[in-house]
Amino acid sequence: MRNTFAETLYKCAIKNKDIYVVAADISPAGSMEIFRKKYPNRFINVGVAEQVMIGVSAGLAMRKKRPFAYTIATFALYRPFEMIRDDLCYQNLPVTIVGMGGGTIYSTLGGTHLTQEDISIARSIPNMNIIAPCDPNELREAVNYLAFKSTGPTYLRIGKSGEKNFTDEKTEKWEFGKIRKVAEGKDICILTFGPIIKIAFQLREHLRKNGNKLAIFSFHTLKPINYGQLKKIMKDFSKIVVIEDHSEIGGLSSIIKSYASENKYKGKIQNFSLKDKFFHKYGSQDDLLELHGISFNQIAKNKIFN
Amino acid sequence: MKSNIFLESKKRCKIFRKRILELSQKVSALHVGGSFSCTEVMDLIFNIISTNAERNLFVLSKGHASILQYTILEYLNVINKKDLENYCKKDGFLGVHPDIGNPGINASTGSLGHGLGMVAGIAIAEKKTKNNIYSVLSDGELQEGSTWEAIMLIPALKLNNVIIFIDNNNLQSLEKTSESHPNLYPIEKKFESFGWQSFKCDGHNTEKLYKLVKNKKKDKPLAIIAESIKGYPVSFMMHEPIWHYKSPDKIEYKKAISEIDSL
Repeated sequence: MRNTFAETLYKCAIKNKDIYVVAADISPAGSMEIFRKKYPNRFINVGVAEQVMIGVSAGLAMRKKRPFAYTIATFALYRPFEMIRDDLCYQNLPVTIVGMGGGTIYSTLGGTHLTQEDISIARSIPNMNIIAPCDPNELREAVNYLAFKSTGPTYLRIGKSGEKNFTDEKTEKWEFGKIRKVAEGKDICILTFGPIIKIAFQLREHLRKNGNKLAIFSFHTLKPINYGQLKKIMKDFSKIVVIEDHSEIGGLSSIIKSYASENKYKGKIQNFSLKDKFFHKYGSQDDLLELHGISFNQIAKNKIFN
Repeated sequence: MKSNIFLESKKRCKIFRKRILELSQKVSALHVGGSFSCTEVMDLIFNIISTNAERNLFVLSKGHASILQYTILEYLNVINKKDLENYCKKDGFLGVHPDIGNPGINASTGSLGHGLGMVAGIAIAEKKTKNNIYSVLSDGELQEGSTWEAIMLIPALKLNNVIIFIDNNNLQSLEKTSESHPNLYPIEKKFESFGWQSFKCDGHNTEKLYKLVKNKKKDKPLAIIAESIKGYPVSFMMHEPIWHYKSPDKIEYKKAISEIDSL
């Protein structure tokens, strides 16, 4: 995804001269290196200094520029939190904070590099928008939107590398703020965001053998929420499954459950979210997700699918 | 002719300080001490050295001196009397800290250590113009790590259009800066070693401050350490931490006005 991000942003930057990358010592691999070479004045490396990364981005946006503050998700959002709150959100500036490798992606690097609660934190700040694309194709749409149209601060949570595409030109059109149906189905639907959508497709394939069809929605915009669409989803489906590479506190499952409760949803909701816990464990991303109870095998056994 | 400029500045600074005291009789949420310490610096920026375009780039990093910026903006007819008198009131829009979108205010500050990072971003955007970016920081802000991130970055990016003033009044909410952080000094040497042009100067002497700005090197950003006195020139306010927040009562008010008038 980071290559798709860099490649797309580079293409946008050719057309839009106001686009800047403000990076905090992140290696400019692939297309980001092309951006840097082609537009050295619009690629600012602030070094290992995330607070000033946000300050500089704010200053640029105050002068009508369109900066993308770019580094690993934990450092992009947590370290400079107050700068994001005051400089970007309070001043409502069109800056995109790109959190690379969100969730449990950096599975071998330990808890300091995991982003378990980023959506929850970002959601609580007024004016903040949040986009978490499910695959490189969706990311391309999101970057185009952020490069030309967005009006306020956005936290863009992306994966790292090797993510497969689950959407294509036949899928419903991507639109900011829309809950996007990426697979048709009835009775049961899966709501998810980010590359963990791959588990939803595994489940769909598995259940298809029994004649069941699972609908899958990419909840790529986590703020603002399209509640009208959510209402319709709750009307159309009697079972909702939420799968997220994010804490059970304040993420998509919290959004769905609180809305369901306020609107007296009669159906069943089952969520698979990261536990409110630091594990101090390593391995593959799948290994970490399994500790949190989020693997295809663990989810497929859940009685909600009976 | 030149000396007239500075006589005028002296007169204006009296007006600004008296106006702040006048407002202090209506609302209590004022930072008199920290506004009085940088009055000459702010007058220099707003009324002597900056162009209209540059005033629209100014960042008051020590946001708690906003009452001083408002009085200057009132003097310049950017904000009106009624709006200033609604300061901190339900129907007003001017608060204790500057807020973006208000007339003449370019950045929302208040939390210390944010201003210089934004200044760096503005300076990058303004690189192709002739504009200088001015900012006023407090000496207390030099305890924020984020300030040093920006101090290191600005010369590295050759943002030679940045001119900042450190209001070095040596007094914070709790104690003297020189007592809590004795190794901060000499401040100008620290800026120099980070790639800035830097000087120490009497923060209440507009003429000297002016000369330093005029002699700025073209190939470096400039940081002026303005040696100032919190509460200056009111005898009972100077060096007293209580005047960081406190508003004078009626007797104190009269005494303060007469001391300023007699200068």
